[in-house]
Amino acid sequence: MAKQHVVIVGGGLAGLAAAMKLAESGIHVHLVSMVPVKRSHSVCAQGGINAVNDLTRQQGDSEWLHLDDTVYGGDFLQHQPPVKEMCDWGPKIVNLLDRLGVPFNRSPEGFRDQRRFGGTLFKRTAFAGATTGQQLLYALDEQVRRWESEGLIEKFEYWEFLDLILDGNNQCRGVVIQDMFSMEVRSLAADAVILATGGNGLIYGRSTMSMICTGGAAARAFRAGVKYANGEFVQVHPTAIPGTDKLRLMSESARGEGGRVWVPRKPQDPRDPQSIPAAERYYFLEERYPKYGNLVPRDIATREIFDVCVNQGLSAEKGHLCVYLDVTELSAEAHKKLWGILEIYEKFQGVDPRTTPMKIFPAVHYTMGGLWVDYVKKDQSGGLALDSLKNQMSNVPGVYVLGEADYQYHGANRLGANSLLSCIFAGLIVGPAVEAWLKSLPKSSASDSPASLFDNAVKPHQQRMHDLISRAGGENPYHIHNELGEWMTRNVTVVRFNKDLTATLQKIDELEERYSRVGLADKSNWTNQNFSFARALGDMILMAKVITKGALLRDECRGAHYKPEFAIKGPDADDPKKLHQQAEQWCKEFKQQTDKWLKTTIATYTSKGVEFSYEPVDTSLIPPRPRTYGLKGAEIIEKTWKEMTQGAAQKRTEPIGKPVTANA
Amino acid sequence: MSTNDHHHDGHGGNGHGHSNERMVSVRVLRQENPHSGSHWESFEVPYEHGMNITTVLLRIAANPVTTDHHETTPIAYDSCCLEEVCGACTMVINDRVRQGCSALVENLLKDSPEGITLQPMTKFPVVRDLLVNRKPMFESLKKIKAWVHVDGYYDLGGGPRISQKEQEKAYPLSCCMTCGCCVEACPQFNDHSAFIGPAAISQAVLFNAHPTAKVDRDDRLAVLSGAGGITDCGNSQNCVKVCPKGIPLTDSIAQTGRDTTIYKFRQWFGR
Repeated sequence: MAKQHVVIVGGGLAGLAAAMKLAESGIHVHLVSMVPVKRSHSVCAQGGINAVNDLTRQQGDSEWLHLDDTVYGGDFLQHQPPVKEMCDWGPKIVNLLDRLGVPFNRSPEGFRDQRRFGGTLFKRTAFAGATTGQQLLYALDEQVRRWESEGLIEKFEYWEFLDLILDGNNQCRGVVIQDMFSMEVRSLAADAVILATGGNGLIYGRSTMSMICTGGAAARAFRAGVKYANGEFVQVHPTAIPGTDKLRLMSESARGEGGRVWVPRKPQDPRDPQSIPAAERYYFLEERYPKYGNLVPRDIATREIFDVCVNQGLSAEKGHLCVYLDVTELSAEAHKKLWGILEIYEKFQGVDPRTTPMKIFPAVHYTMGGLWVDYVKKDQSGGLALDSLKNQMSNVPGVYVLGEADYQYHGANRLGANSLLSCIFAGLIVGPAVEAWLKSLPKSSASDSPASLFDNAVKPHQQRMHDLISRAGGENPYHIHNELGEWMTRNVTVVRFNKDLTATLQKIDELEERYSRVGLADKSNWTNQNFSFARALGDMILMAKVITKGALLRDECRGAHYKPEFAIKGPDADDPKKLHQQAEQWCKEFKQQTDKWLKTTIATYTSKGVEFSYEPVDTSLIPPRPRTYGLKGAEIIEKTWKEMTQGAAQKRTEPIGKPVTANA
Repeated sequence: MSTNDHHHDGHGGNGHGHSNERMVSVRVLRQENPHSGSHWESFEVPYEHGMNITTVLLRIAANPVTTDHHETTPIAYDSCCLEEVCGACTMVINDRVRQGCSALVENLLKDSPEGITLQPMTKFPVVRDLLVNRKPMFESLKKIKAWVHVDGYYDLGGGPRISQKEQEKAYPLSCCMTCGCCVEACPQFNDHSAFIGPAAISQAVLFNAHPTAKVDRDDRLAVLSGAGGITDCGNSQNCVKVCPKGIPLTDSIAQTGRDTTIYKFRQWFGR
């Protein structure tokens, strides 16, 4: 019998964490990546990684509160057991990264320094300057290189994932991949396949994501039968620097270190921002959200910036929507901690943000939705049964999904500094799951499968490449991509209306039709990036449909998905009795909405097109409650909600002395 | 988001510019594959406010027509993050090695109003056009064991206490993107020499200073004392001038010079 192999596609934090964890157990890994793994998109993560720590613990923090912040911030759309397990692992993961040599910032005494991020009141975020993602990725890249030199990991860099190879029982036996230099298409046998292929921001044209984040790999797995969940949930980051090729992230850590968001009270005040007195500045987040201030969750900060600029006409500049993100008042020490991101601003805008407020605007940033994965709950702890082969496994046996490519951890809105945690966490726990899967297989390996299985999988892709390259169509793939990006950005981001979503779906159909007539300028068979891009465009069009249709179907507001037509009007009466009645009505409507829509959207690829269905969400640990950050009448709503639900399990406190029961 | 950019054509994919539009002249050294010869092609690209070299390449990809109206192919190049943190889009721009994403056209034209030239790095095999294969750099990281050899990935508590001062020394070294600027600028790094280059030397310094990773210190110093090691450095100091992250590479080289000397003494005396 040939040796068992695991193929990991994607070498960002999730893929690398999985690779090193499997190698540690002596399992052979083939690591496939479109770029040298050290250049993966994880490098763009800036702010930090969340975990409860000794300091916050003494201020009343706990893993339970991290769980609560995460599910409350995510508007309760995520299954709670995996999130609980992740939050429980937070401190262990940061410790591990510390051991791996990540140069986390230090306190004067030599402990890890912490900063505060959005959606929490605790300084829970460990960080390495303002390039934490880069530093974490490098630490894991180094570990993987060590295993590579010991022969347990073999890298396929500059190879692109094209397809899953499934046998007659729908079990995964390998992947089809393509060498991006020689354009050779080949199969790679695998007893388990792990997809850690990131998000799909390029569907929106320009976003904060890297050029490789087309979501192409996830789309190809979707076509092969893996379900796709919560596609309509797309995080728009409140603060990015506009650019002609991409929108560069300006990390939440700028606000975590004390940066303030404002606009001049006088619309488009022509004065130098530094000369505008405090009284004539509108610090709108601080005024509207006194508790969280500039650190409200991302979906809320984004909508507020959008509202101030678009609806109130208070953009700092005319004809160029932006608000000020001001770090000029911060200390030299804080500027040092933010060096990496301030440098990006200075390099790309030619202005020093230490002395001049930055001009920023929201940008598409993170794919909360993703390929569907399973988990097995451990009843005693409420977390996961980590010995199960099902954790992180998709509906296709043998196919696992991790990181931004899965849908598991962030619900309707991701909290800042939770993504690095979720990526590494899933990468580590997939180790034992895959190990259990490999042990469960009959005593043979995928590479013993008949050669015809692999040949038959490779051929259609060679044919498709030939067809696309030789097609004499008149449509330009870059133009189609631009149009797709413009439509998606305009209609399927911050504020969504059903008529616009319907129009967008029609537009996507039109683009799909035009896509069938795409002609390539490059017809060569060597390092044809023109072809790779055009192929990925077909995937982006498919997933744009999944996103937009999912958004159209979901008639409610939840996290990043905001439809004003379905927002429940906050209580505003002056008369206390009337106010109470309104609050009761609000809670009633909220309850109805929750009953109807607190569900995972599931998209399935069929021969007839994409089909949608819904699955219940496991909210067994923390019952859903209204998400009332800054909502008008928040207090009365929270009070009324508590009365209506008899106060049961509404308190944000951890049960003391015994494990959390499965069903509160 | 698109609402942001209606004051300029931020979406590219544009055809030929209008006659009154400001155009940027770009010359690109092209090569079809590793075995073919190279040749220059010229393009005129409509200027956009804030435009960088990766945008120029995107616009050419959408409309691959040369200045003399010759239809050609999009230019092959490496790119990923576009915010100068992944190192992918390194190339030689106006005779200086740097990342295309952070090379702003406006600044380039200030120094060179007649136009912009783009060439692949010269120290690595060309795959196609501006895309080169930098695998040797990653292989060098294996040679010097650029990692912390930990017991495993189970929970064994935190790492060593590290002072602010140590962190402040380690962090800049740890920002190395393996982009290749330093070796491109280094006269000693070439086909005729086995010199490992400044990036790998600096990584050895980073790990030799780490409380856990320094167990492999002698192995790293043995490599850097040998052929292709520190003595191959000609002290031109070009590396530190081109490093986009401002890594103190010459400090690392000096440090390694001292460390390898002491290491060799210790070897002679059998300790």
